[in-house]
Amino acid sequence: MLASAFYPTPLKLTIAVAPILRVEHLTKVYDNRVRALDDVSFDVNRGEFLAVIGLSGSGKSTLLRCINRLVEPTSGRVLLDGTDVTGANDAELRRARRRIGMVFQHFNLVHRSSVLTNVLAGRLGYVNPIWSLIDRFPKDDIAKAHVQLERVGLADKADDRADDLSGGQQQRVGIARALMQDPDVILADEPVASLDPVLAHSIMRHLDEINRTDGVTVLCSLHFLDLVHEYADRVIALNEGKLMFDGLPAEIDDEKFKDIYGKEAQRVG
Amino acid sequence: MPRFTHSLLTGLIVVIIVVIYAYGFSVTQVNLDELDSPDRQQSLTRILRALARPNFFEFDQEEVAVETPVWVPCPSGEPPAPSVAPASGPYMTVTPACGDPNSEVTVEGFGFAPNSSGPLNFIPPSGVSLQIGRIETDGGGHFLTTVELRDRPNAEAQMLRAITRTNVGGPHLSQNGRDTIDKIIETVFMALLATTLGTLLAIPISFFAAQNLMRTVTSPVPSVALSIILAPAGVWLGARFAGVVQEMTALLAAQPLFSLGGLLAAGAVAWLGLRLALPGAGEEEERGDNSLIRIVSGAVMAVAVLAGAYFLADLLEAAGVWLATRLGLFDFVGDFVADIGGIIRLLLPVVCALIGAGLFLGVAGSLGQWIAERFTPATGKIVNLILGALAGAVLLILLGLGVGWLYQITNWRSIILWPGVIGGILGLGVAALTPYNASLPTGYVVYTVTRTILNALRSVEALIMVIVFAVWVGIGPFAGVLALGLHTVAALAKLYSEQVESIMEGPLEAILATGANRLQMIVYAVIPQIIPPYISFTMYRWDINVRMSTIIGFAGGGGIGFLLQQNINLLNYRSASAQILAIAIVVSLMDYLSSALRQRTL
Repeated sequence: MLASAFYPTPLKLTIAVAPILRVEHLTKVYDNRVRALDDVSFDVNRGEFLAVIGLSGSGKSTLLRCINRLVEPTSGRVLLDGTDVTGANDAELRRARRRIGMVFQHFNLVHRSSVLTNVLAGRLGYVNPIWSLIDRFPKDDIAKAHVQLERVGLADKADDRADDLSGGQQQRVGIARALMQDPDVILADEPVASLDPVLAHSIMRHLDEINRTDGVTVLCSLHFLDLVHEYADRVIALNEGKLMFDGLPAEIDDEKFKDIYGKEAQRVG
Repeated sequence: MPRFTHSLLTGLIVVIIVVIYAYGFSVTQVNLDELDSPDRQQSLTRILRALARPNFFEFDQEEVAVETPVWVPCPSGEPPAPSVAPASGPYMTVTPACGDPNSEVTVEGFGFAPNSSGPLNFIPPSGVSLQIGRIETDGGGHFLTTVELRDRPNAEAQMLRAITRTNVGGPHLSQNGRDTIDKIIETVFMALLATTLGTLLAIPISFFAAQNLMRTVTSPVPSVALSIILAPAGVWLGARFAGVVQEMTALLAAQPLFSLGGLLAAGAVAWLGLRLALPGAGEEEERGDNSLIRIVSGAVMAVAVLAGAYFLADLLEAAGVWLATRLGLFDFVGDFVADIGGIIRLLLPVVCALIGAGLFLGVAGSLGQWIAERFTPATGKIVNLILGALAGAVLLILLGLGVGWLYQITNWRSIILWPGVIGGILGLGVAALTPYNASLPTGYVVYTVTRTILNALRSVEALIMVIVFAVWVGIGPFAGVLALGLHTVAALAKLYSEQVESIMEGPLEAILATGANRLQMIVYAVIPQIIPPYISFTMYRWDINVRMSTIIGFAGGGGIGFLLQQNINLLNYRSASAQILAIAIVVSLMDYLSSALRQRTL
């Protein structure tokens, strides 16, 4: 682990006036009565890099999935740029989802499809559904997919099968797919938990670069605090579904750390 | 005393097992005497020996008859001279050359075909041949046998005739061999067609039988009620629409050139309509401004596509007939083309009915959604009650009509009025008990119904289904194809749906997260994952179908089973043996082939 004695100061301007994402009293109780989220409220500012931390099972994944309603929240509201995502009907939900890119821990690529098809899938919310069913995408989108692949350094892999790629490469395809959505927000659900530390930093740098140059807001759940210190503008922490902390990475002192991770936990890195 | 109870329990279980097996022996009529009986063993030997000599090949045979005179009784006066050896060819001698009736003479043959056998006949002047013995020649073509002369005294010389048969030329396929090959080919193609038919139908059905896809589908109450009310109307209108278009195109069907023109015109109109009705691949889906143009051009396009399909069917039928008269040996290709035309014509009303139902279901879904969202709880509840009652009535009236048709009930009260009233009340009750904005698990209901039907179908063997089909389309391979096809649908849809249930969920959620709809999710995340197992299961099923089609002829399904059954019934075991052998070869070959192909797809 890299010891994070040095935190790069964010050079960007975060506009605090109208939050891009507002989460109000979000609660999720699963069918088995597990209360995965318990009255969680927070705002995410436009252009922010927000880290979500917490133990496994603390509700990080559920929180991210409730934002684009891959998991249906039990109560509470999610507002994306002022529009209510939780109350949206099918068509409205799809319109909201296409503005929210998502990157997954296990990359979630379609293994037997080509890299290019996986990236183009990011456009499915935009293209004509009938043409897309017979695998026809506009020329602009195909050109754009090649540009995104080049951006993540996989220009020569476009025609490879997705499962021929290494883990780090697959995650870069996942990022390219999210970028195809022209997202306002990217939800990254432990994007580096399946990767070794060197690859983890390379993936985080890609997200960081997207955050800085494209102004895309990033919500990223992370396990390691050194990554949080290095990349995040702000941190929220969950413990057993409750919001335990909301502030700057530097503010996590030993006491806060024990609140978040429990009394037994020890800091590493 | 737990130890004692334990022993007692064990003893009881042993006793129960003994009783179960004893009863099993009794009902299956286990009979060791039969196993031992010499008569049965003789029959068994006979059958086994016949089975060991499959009637596949035969030789052309040449019959050689050799005659020599004999006198019965000895003529008075000087005894007849013994016959002399000819210069070449087989000959035989009788010693003595005359004798009293029922006396014995020695017959010796020279120069016969080596190791041949045949009858030795006594021919009186009447010409009727009486067998008096058999000859068997040794390696040198010589035989020596003693026979008894018959009691047919005559003054003239009578004849002894030995007949031997020798194989001429090489072995060639016997008639039975040719039939066997014909039928085994028929059998393999029966399996191929049944598998194709079954696969085509099983693929769409399998999605409805997959729990992970269907579980998440829910609809508001008005959508469900409207769907029940509108779907039958959609089916009827779709089928009617197809009928009207067919009548229109039939006017031009007399002349293939007209059909061709119609097909081209319909194609052009359909293409134009497609461009107008659907925005280009890149444009966003927008509603409103030009939706009227879209609906109109969509409708025109639908008519054009359907008319084009009917023209195509006409054209294929005409072309098929034309081809069949000109292709000679390959005339079956012409018949096939004509049959494809026929199949298109046969399927179009069904497809139209399904599309009609689909369209109306879509409309019902959005309309119901709209009702559920727009109305206040009180109004919503009232609308739900009305729609619920209507839906219940429609459902039970349809059921009543079905029952009425099946049991030939014509009394309209019992098949329309009462079901309607009862259904209405039931629907009203359900709607009253359901909260007005509840989401009903329609997906789960569809899943359960599909699974139940598939399970019921699967539990009836194809061998039994073929009985119904043989009545419908006549005894023959076509009935077999339909029965096997139906069973394949049920079996494959279940296997397929289990594959859909075991796919990785990750890509599904990733595709949904991009804002894709359910159909796009299926195309982009589900289908790529299920192609290899689908191919593998289809191969496996073809393998099973080949096995099944070898015996489906027993129940009237054509193929080699039909021939096999006939030969068994005629006690023609050598011919049956050829068919059994052919089945064994083809089945093991298919087994090997399908497993080899399956390994390559995975």
